[in-house]
Amino acid sequence: MGQQGPLLSIDHISKEFYGNVVLNDVSFELKAGEILGLVGENGAGKTTLMHILFGMPVIADTGGFKGRICIDGQEVSFSSPFDALDAGIGMVHQEFSLIPGFTTTENIVLNRESMKPSILNDVFGDRMSILDRQDMKKRAEAAIEKLGVKLDPDMLVSEMPVGHKQFTEIAREITRSKTRILVLDEPTAVLAESEAEVLLKALRKLASLGIAIIFISHRLHEVTEVADRVVVLRDGIAIKDTPVAGVSVRDIASWMVGRSVATERVSEGEAREFGPEILSVEHLWVDMPGETVRDVSFSVRKGEILGFGGLAGQGKLGIPNGIMGLFQAGGVVRLHGKDVPLNEPRTALEIGMAFVSEDRRGVGLLLDESLKWNIAFTAMQIQGKYLKTILGGLFRIRDEAEMRKLTEEYIAMLDVKCTSPSQKAKELSGGNQQKICLAKAFAVKPDLLFVSEPTRGIDVGAKKLVLDTIHRYNRDYGTTIVMVSSELEELRSICDRIAIVDEGKIAGILPPTAELPEFGLLMSGLGANGSQEDLSA
Amino acid sequence: MRSAKQFVTDFGWPRIIIFIFLVLLFVAAPFFRVRIDASISDVLNRFGQNGLFVLAMVPMIQAGCGLNFGLSLGIIAGLIGSTLSVQFGLLGVFGFFGAVGLSVPFAVFFGWLYGLLLNKVKGEEMTIAMYVGFASVMFMCIMWLILPFNGPTMIWGYAGKGLRTTITIEGFYRHFLNDFLAVRIGDSFVFPTGMLLFVGFCAFLMWLFLRTKTGTAMTAVGSNPDYARASGISADKMRTISVIISTVLGAAGIIVYQQSYGFIQLYTAPLAMPFAAVAAILIGGASVNKASMVNVLVGAFLFQGLLTMTPSVINSALQTDISEVVRIIVSNGIIIYALTRKTKVTK
Repeated sequence: MGQQGPLLSIDHISKEFYGNVVLNDVSFELKAGEILGLVGENGAGKTTLMHILFGMPVIADTGGFKGRICIDGQEVSFSSPFDALDAGIGMVHQEFSLIPGFTTTENIVLNRESMKPSILNDVFGDRMSILDRQDMKKRAEAAIEKLGVKLDPDMLVSEMPVGHKQFTEIAREITRSKTRILVLDEPTAVLAESEAEVLLKALRKLASLGIAIIFISHRLHEVTEVADRVVVLRDGIAIKDTPVAGVSVRDIASWMVGRSVATERVSEGEAREFGPEILSVEHLWVDMPGETVRDVSFSVRKGEILGFGGLAGQGKLGIPNGIMGLFQAGGVVRLHGKDVPLNEPRTALEIGMAFVSEDRRGVGLLLDESLKWNIAFTAMQIQGKYLKTILGGLFRIRDEAEMRKLTEEYIAMLDVKCTSPSQKAKELSGGNQQKICLAKAFAVKPDLLFVSEPTRGIDVGAKKLVLDTIHRYNRDYGTTIVMVSSELEELRSICDRIAIVDEGKIAGILPPTAELPEFGLLMSGLGANGSQEDLSA
Repeated sequence: MRSAKQFVTDFGWPRIIIFIFLVLLFVAAPFFRVRIDASISDVLNRFGQNGLFVLAMVPMIQAGCGLNFGLSLGIIAGLIGSTLSVQFGLLGVFGFFGAVGLSVPFAVFFGWLYGLLLNKVKGEEMTIAMYVGFASVMFMCIMWLILPFNGPTMIWGYAGKGLRTTITIEGFYRHFLNDFLAVRIGDSFVFPTGMLLFVGFCAFLMWLFLRTKTGTAMTAVGSNPDYARASGISADKMRTISVIISTVLGAAGIIVYQQSYGFIQLYTAPLAMPFAAVAAILIGGASVNKASMVNVLVGAFLFQGLLTMTPSVINSALQTDISEVVRIIVSNGIIIYALTRKTKVTK
């Protein structure tokens, strides 16, 4: 809208974490008063880009970045978020950074309170000034006014609905007189539809006041509604930079998930035959923080690989965690037609299910113990394997030799890079740790294997190996596999069916050969019904 | 050269330095007219007396409950068992094993309650444990006075009721283990074979236990509770078991201690005992989450060795009797040193 030059320009930015390229030559510009929608899948590099823009120490700690950031044509380099604030960049985070016991006003003007001098000033200096509460309230009201929303300046944050917290946070950023660029990371994720409407209206109002806004959201219809321009990131590359006018949600969805290289399916052309139903799940709910499952029903047939995809936080990870009893869950789960008691990890393992957790270091491994322990432990505890009797049957103790044999077997089978079966798990690389996690699950010889985010945080080569292993295990032993992954391509390469989870429910189940935009639409909360009205819009 | 280096890394510099210091004390001892043979005998004795306390640290460390500062609870169970044994007039082998047998039910019960409590305060176990230990000792100070014991050797002579602060077990089970197969050389050297065998046997049982299915599960709980849970292990149950074992060992430990020392010490005597055991296992190279039998044996030997030798050598050197002061400074100094050296596991 502004006729002058760009307020902010991101110029050929690249960033890698330990050889893993996260951003590759990203450039775009932002004018004053413009709203830029930034979209992309999880891991596309949005957060990293914002970290760079905001001068987060994590960037410098991991080797800095390549490229330039210019504000008003001047190159800037921020060594800390404070520098970014001084330069006029405000950021509203996904998680609220508000003080619950303070009022709206106090939070809005926090650390920039209005002061009036007191008698103590003469002795102790400015630190002894008294807060000018009336002026603070005035400033807070002005900011709320600017946003165009209704907020009670005297309400405690702890008593507010989430929507109001979000507004308080935005109000805080705009009271900084310098703020010219506002970054909102998923501001609507926690809001109800009506609240989101109000927020979008407020954003437009702010933009008309000349503030440039970067709006990150997974709700694509919001982006098309509010943004002037959209930048799509995919695998660290700015794949598209285009005005929103004339762009549909479906277009954005396909830019987001589409890959330039067509994926080859491992099982191309293979006729797949499945046995009877092995697992049926009805109305499952799981109370897993950040990954709540609300109402999920599905069934898996013997020998099948079922994939669960969807964006982070939508509940796909909660499904295996709930069925395996690691988080509070309810509903009906049947394995081989028999009811599976929920919330009992031991029973779940005993009846022939196994789970490779997405939290490799937290749940998946005994980092301080040997590989032998890591692989044999579950089988030992659940099935009494790898124990030997001594002293005439008086004691049963660990059979270290058997454990070693087992571990060597899996090290050979999965090509684990390690010095010996006695090496500690923490000394392995991420990919090799993941293989150990798989080996642990394989060692119990499960009928049904849950694999959660098997390739998270490991490099491309190891990814392929891990996926091949899962695929081969399914083909060789007929093990039924339920795989959960954020990476659609990964699911498409080995799964027989892919279910997309959105807001704790299954948005739809598609064959792996389905068109990419179909997946994208399901992920964006626009199923077959939702897309209709959007397309007509 | 390489293996020597490896040995140093494995054994750890602190232990090597303390060991060298201990050897120096032994070398210096004769110059201050401290008898070497008596000293060695003393060290072995104290090693045996305290061995089980140090061993009692192992299960809780392995299960991730931290150092058992509440070992006093087990010691109290042992005191109840031993006073009952004396009250019932059990002698010799019956006296000793009677005391152990009578104390075990108490230890199991106390340990179970203590375990339930510790499961509710995960992450703060050590602080809470310390208060549990103190509180139980203070509570028993009242109980020793009002429990209806009436053995003539046990109660206050002037009042006719209430237990004495120290009760002799001469004629009951004094030196029951110490004298078993004991080797006497000269006037002042006795090798307490029986006691060391008993300690060694207990250590062997613990070693075996840590290799059983339950022991393995317990170690895994200490190493990563979430991993254990995902493998179908109840972390709380394993932790409770570890606390019970630790408490039972504390109970047996005080009875081994008494038979060597010759007295049952009541009232505030158990107050500081856990600290010596904690210091010993840390000196032995254990971390707050990992401990082995080697840590137990090396730690108990080094700590008790220092505790025996430093005061006696310094006393003789200075020609005054400040042994108690020196002993307190040395033991607490080592505890502080050991606690600051504690290492954490990778998360």
